[in-house]
Amino acid sequence: MPLARTLYDKLFDSHTVRAESDGTSLLYIDRHLVHEVTSPQAYEGLRLAARKPWRTRSIVATADHNTPTTHWHEGIRDPISRTQVETLDDNIRATGARAYFPFRDRRQGIVHVIGPENGATLPGMTVVCGDSHTSTHGAFACLAFGIGTSEVEHVLATQCLIAKKSKSMLVHVDNRLSRGVTAKDLALAIIGRIGTAGGTGYAIEFGGPGIRALSMEGRMTLCNMAIEAGARAGMVAADDVTVDYLRGRPLAPTGADWDRAVAHWRTLHSDAGAHFDATVVVDAHEVVPQVTWGTSPEMVVPVEGRVPDPDREKDPTRREGMERALKYMGLEPNTAITDIRLDKIFIGSCTNSRIEDLRMAAAIARGRRVAPTVRVAMVVPGSGLVKAQAEAEGLDRVFKDAGFEWREPGCSMCLAMNDDRLEPGERCASTSNRNFEGRQGAGGRTHLVSPAMAAAAAITGHFVDVRRQF
Amino acid sequence: MQPFRQVTGLVVPLDRANVDTDAIIPKQFLKSIKRSGFGPNLFDEWRYLDIGQPGMDNATRPLNPDFVLNQPRYKGATILLARRNFGCGSSREHAPWALADYGFRAIIAPSYADIFHNNSYKNGLLPVILPESAVDRLFHEAAAFPGFTLTIDLEAQRVHSANGNVGYDFDVDPFRKHCLVNGLDDIGLTLAHADDIRAFEERHFREQPWLA
Ligand code: SF4
Repeated sequence: MPLARTLYDKLFDSHTVRAESDGTSLLYIDRHLVHEVTSPQAYEGLRLAARKPWRTRSIVATADHNTPTTHWHEGIRDPISRTQVETLDDNIRATGARAYFPFRDRRQGIVHVIGPENGATLPGMTVVCGDSHTSTHGAFACLAFGIGTSEVEHVLATQCLIAKKSKSMLVHVDNRLSRGVTAKDLALAIIGRIGTAGGTGYAIEFGGPGIRALSMEGRMTLCNMAIEAGARAGMVAADDVTVDYLRGRPLAPTGADWDRAVAHWRTLHSDAGAHFDATVVVDAHEVVPQVTWGTSPEMVVPVEGRVPDPDREKDPTRREGMERALKYMGLEPNTAITDIRLDKIFIGSCTNSRIEDLRMAAAIARGRRVAPTVRVAMVVPGSGLVKAQAEAEGLDRVFKDAGFEWREPGCSMCLAMNDDRLEPGERCASTSNRNFEGRQGAGGRTHLVSPAMAAAAAITGHFVDVRRQF
Repeated sequence: MQPFRQVTGLVVPLDRANVDTDAIIPKQFLKSIKRSGFGPNLFDEWRYLDIGQPGMDNATRPLNPDFVLNQPRYKGATILLARRNFGCGSSREHAPWALADYGFRAIIAPSYADIFHNNSYKNGLLPVILPESAVDRLFHEAAAFPGFTLTIDLEAQRVHSANGNVGYDFDVDPFRKHCLVNGLDDIGLTLAHADDIRAFEERHFREQPWLA
């Protein structure tokens, strides 16, 4: 074992149950987050094979992907969604869990929001979930990654996964982000630079002064988007910010355990001189608010930029991709980003629905009105606890007075599995993480931005540079 | 799981890079609690002219004649030829389920998204990686010769055409190959190490009791 190890090495090695000579390892899983979309087939598989879950105390579950965000008292109207959510209820009731936040529970919410806020995600853990944005939890110096349903079943049955170490990449961020520029902009700028496959095969560690200066919310946003850069896992070393965030959370350790845990967490960083297979250096000073113009998160430009011109792209596959994206998005090359007008605004998703995100958006919305040309501007808190906190701070009033809809928590229009969706041709400024064709509704057009940028776009009806306008 | 040794089949070329999991199986079809039945909605938004919803009779829906899967010459294809970063996006296993349910046994592409790549193996769908230049060549061959057929021999780790024009070796992880060739169930293999797992837990929770 080399003396200087990366954080990733430490996390991987400390969870290796056994390893084959070719490096294929059995990796022990501490926390298994479960939601309704990717778990029913796994539980079914377990039952069919007459197997029992190995350790239900590792499971924290919630319903989020297709729960409605309005009229909760009416329950879930769509019968297929309801079946999925009820199937989760039945599975958890039958086998058990450390914690379950079902539909309409006070602590229900997006799985990647509720894990950290309940202290279910702790530094040094391996965390998995049948959802690609599990990378979010890496913000806590965890090894956290998304798995498919077969692997959900594998973890249920064995508490382990078969894994091989990835290559390691360091994204080193110098300096601090400027006012009005957020972790979301940083994430998009990094993806714009390395591409959506730039991190494929890597586990990314985000480090440097620019990362140390981020709040836990900001770090989660960044790690959340690591998967959009192709990396299965993103992570950040533990420090005071991490420890302060976790103190007093319901599932966090207490008393003597807390002190021991904190002492251990302080070792969760890459050693000086540790080797990374690739390094990318970013200057946070140079990052400005970003807006995606196409159908992949790498199709992104600064807000003061223009929609690119495919005629200037030499690579034929790329050019064709750009042309297809522009056609889908209904955009002309060379259009100024600030000339793009929006039909809908979505502030939410596991990328940007935490309290800090809502505070940022509310700061822009305060005392202003949503532009009359915007059909719907909605704010969907990431969880019941975020919603309650926002209401305690009066943010709901700020949004409602400005003409935003204030919704119940869930994934909502991030993937449009419930009733919240774009109609064909509708254009949306969204704080979510994917702008793929049809992601927010068939034919819908998504521009990914930060919460501050989305709120500003709601007020003016088109994109504006949030640093200058307010 | 069905063992995978050798597959010979018609090749359908899908000439797009970064085909994401939302394109492979749109999210309105993810509400099922079963593993099967996703094939008719594979590539739904590209394949049909109307907007697909669960419960529709797919046989009566208007097909998009321009989409490659709908062209008569590719009917019955079992090998999908694709461009780089195939399967990017979500971790949902519905994507390989849909591909396998449609009848695909293998994909050939220059690269895949990690999770998709992993999920494919677990569902008996072989994701072959060939260099960009080889994939280019296969796209040309598939366009030039109607009925273009490839044989993928997993045991020999080789892809070759029935007409003898092209042949390429490919790499595959030995453990995954072993599981696929023998149709082995991962869970059974892991449970054979149950004692190791228990021993690990004992030590792990002694060192970090707050995780127990
Ligand atoms: S908010 Fe969106 S990206 Fe996050 S878990 Fe829900 S559907 Fe997935």
